[in-house]
Amino acid sequence: MNTIWFLMMTLSLCFLVFSTPSTALSSMISAGGDALSLAIELCAVYAVWLGILELVEASGLSQKLAKFLHPVIKWLFKIDDPVTEKLIALNMSANMLGLGNAATPMGIAAMKRLDDKSGIATPAIIMLIVLNSTSIQLLPSTVIGLRAAAGSSAPADIIIPTLISTVCTCIVGVSLVKLFNHFRKKFSKSGQAPKNKNISTLENRPASNQQLKDINSGGQEK
Amino acid sequence: MSAYILPILFIALFCFCKFKKVNTYNTFVNGAKKAIPLVVDIFPYIATIMIAVALLRVSGVTILLAKAFSPFFSLLGIPSQLIELVLLRPFTGSGSYALLNNVLIEYGPDSYIARCACVILGCSETIFYVTAVYTSQTKVKKLLYAIPIALIASVVGSVVACLICKVL
Repeated sequence: MNTIWFLMMTLSLCFLVFSTPSTALSSMISAGGDALSLAIELCAVYAVWLGILELVEASGLSQKLAKFLHPVIKWLFKIDDPVTEKLIALNMSANMLGLGNAATPMGIAAMKRLDDKSGIATPAIIMLIVLNSTSIQLLPSTVIGLRAAAGSSAPADIIIPTLISTVCTCIVGVSLVKLFNHFRKKFSKSGQAPKNKNISTLENRPASNQQLKDINSGGQEK
Repeated sequence: MSAYILPILFIALFCFCKFKKVNTYNTFVNGAKKAIPLVVDIFPYIATIMIAVALLRVSGVTILLAKAFSPFFSLLGIPSQLIELVLLRPFTGSGSYALLNNVLIEYGPDSYIARCACVILGCSETIFYVTAVYTSQTKVKKLLYAIPIALIASVVGSVVACLICKVL
């Protein structure tokens, strides 16, 4: 994330210096404004969904859902913690309904519980990230809405193609993560060498990156 | 049809809560309470990503990248008109919906290009946004192979999307 952001910023700023340097700051600030209005919108969305979720939780429905999805979650994540399992079950169901924003609070909570504080993503964390980045969407409601607004003769006829390709995306993502997690486990079992290598490359990063990282972790401490 | 799903689910939930003797009002308030702290926590991450995306678009780097990637994407069968959409999709949800709207208006909602764009948006997610927000409350800094896999899966999904739109 640090490298990607660094590249995005420096590359576009370099281009702007040669074209229209005056727009740099103003567009950054207006993007901040966009982020703020998105955040306010998210406040409203989360207030509704966290309220609903509290009801789902209190009525014991989330337990039932977790039980229902237990085999899938067990196979995907290899975890043995009922609370995390419940959070992931809710996250997955919300994603499938196309409610990405409603899935976020549970995803964050599940992430917190999966974190082993080592700074390196655990296999389960990677699985959760990929699952949320490739999740199956049963109902692309926003897209259908936009198509209808643009005057399409059959706005819903993209449902089946979407379903097929979203399943493909999910299968590819999950199986790749499974494969890589398998290799990773093999590596760490056959000696500590690869693990140590990882840590040393982490420390040998250039200074600018290290600074970014420090700033980042400062924010997270709070 | 789909408009009925959520309200009906909510009604079922409220009735079920009543049946289970849960205090719906107090419980809902307890949940809603968490909304603002959560948004305050993730706001810096959202802002940081959106600033980078805005700069990418203003500076014209996205158009340049679209040109640079066009041989690769045409090899995969993704129409060149959709490259900017495919490239921006992992970063921004609202931005890619704005692009989709442009495509819908420019090429007509029932054209092949527009249908491709719709399916691509439906089968992909805002990978970088999701990653930034989800890891915001953890100590994770090294994500290893998470992002590459998510990107590969999305590209595969987009290729499949373009293929299916040709057939169906």
